[in-house]
Amino acid sequence: MAMTREEVFAKVQETLVEALGVDDDEVTPDATLTGDLGAESIDFLDIVFRLEKTFNIKIPRGELFPDNILNDPDFVKDGKVSANGLKELKARMPHADFTDFEKDPDINKMPDLFKVQTIVNYIETKVAG
Amino acid sequence: MRWFWIDRFEQFEPGRRAVAVKCCTLAEEHLHDHMPSWPVMPNCLILEGMAQTGGILVGQMRNFTEKVILAKVTKASFLRHVRPGDRILHEAVVESISEAGASIRGTVTCDGQTVAEISLMFSHIDQNLGGMEFPEENFVFHEGFKLLLDSFNIRDDAADGDASGSQQK
Repeated sequence: MAMTREEVFAKVQETLVEALGVDDDEVTPDATLTGDLGAESIDFLDIVFRLEKTFNIKIPRGELFPDNILNDPDFVKDGKVSANGLKELKARMPHADFTDFEKDPDINKMPDLFKVQTIVNYIETKVAG
Repeated sequence: MRWFWIDRFEQFEPGRRAVAVKCCTLAEEHLHDHMPSWPVMPNCLILEGMAQTGGILVGQMRNFTEKVILAKVTKASFLRHVRPGDRILHEAVVESISEAGASIRGTVTCDGQTVAEISLMFSHIDQNLGGMEFPEENFVFHEGFKLLLDSFNIRDDAADGDASGSQQK
């Protein structure tokens, strides 16, 4: 039987509490992983490992948290993600909400794309499939 | 020269688990000051033993081609002291591994008692560059280190799980 959105969120919340040592009430859908929950780069790998175990799924590298976008000069110009970069990001992160980022695609704001809700959206696509 | 803290492997099951021994001795100079009149192994060195046990276990899974770096202490609980004369066992079990890194779950015991529970994450740093470049040479598992590893009998093909070679346990 498919998991409900609430069940997915509850397990994601539990995973982030364990991985990041935060309180469960801090893990709200809009909380950003780095800004609000203090995640560092290695934590992203920890989160991926834990999600794979919790949901019994395989998360291919770069699928949940895309990498190498910022290293491509075609995707970044003058400190901002270019139109091509934005197109690529959207294609690779259909689980992310770009509403705010599109208004000012400053690369320093890119971590704000990684919210708790982003993970929940991604997991829903995996457990549904 | 690489700093070895563990003494030898008792068991080595490639890709799965490893058990390494560390004998605590009063000949270790730091114990003279830690603590004065009551020598006890610092917990950070118990953690170092697990990092070496787990790091070598993870390194062997990629035939020591990756630069395996301790990246995160996921858990570290210490339940009793380790004192000169104690022989402790570091057991590391691989939980997850990917191109980017690995995680292990570890237990440290002495005379059948749990000393510590330690879980760690390792990064394959060449796969996590983040804009940084590291020397091409593998400074973690260099040739001198690999030669020393031969004495542990765990390179490449120690698939029978017994890393003690001809030594008696």
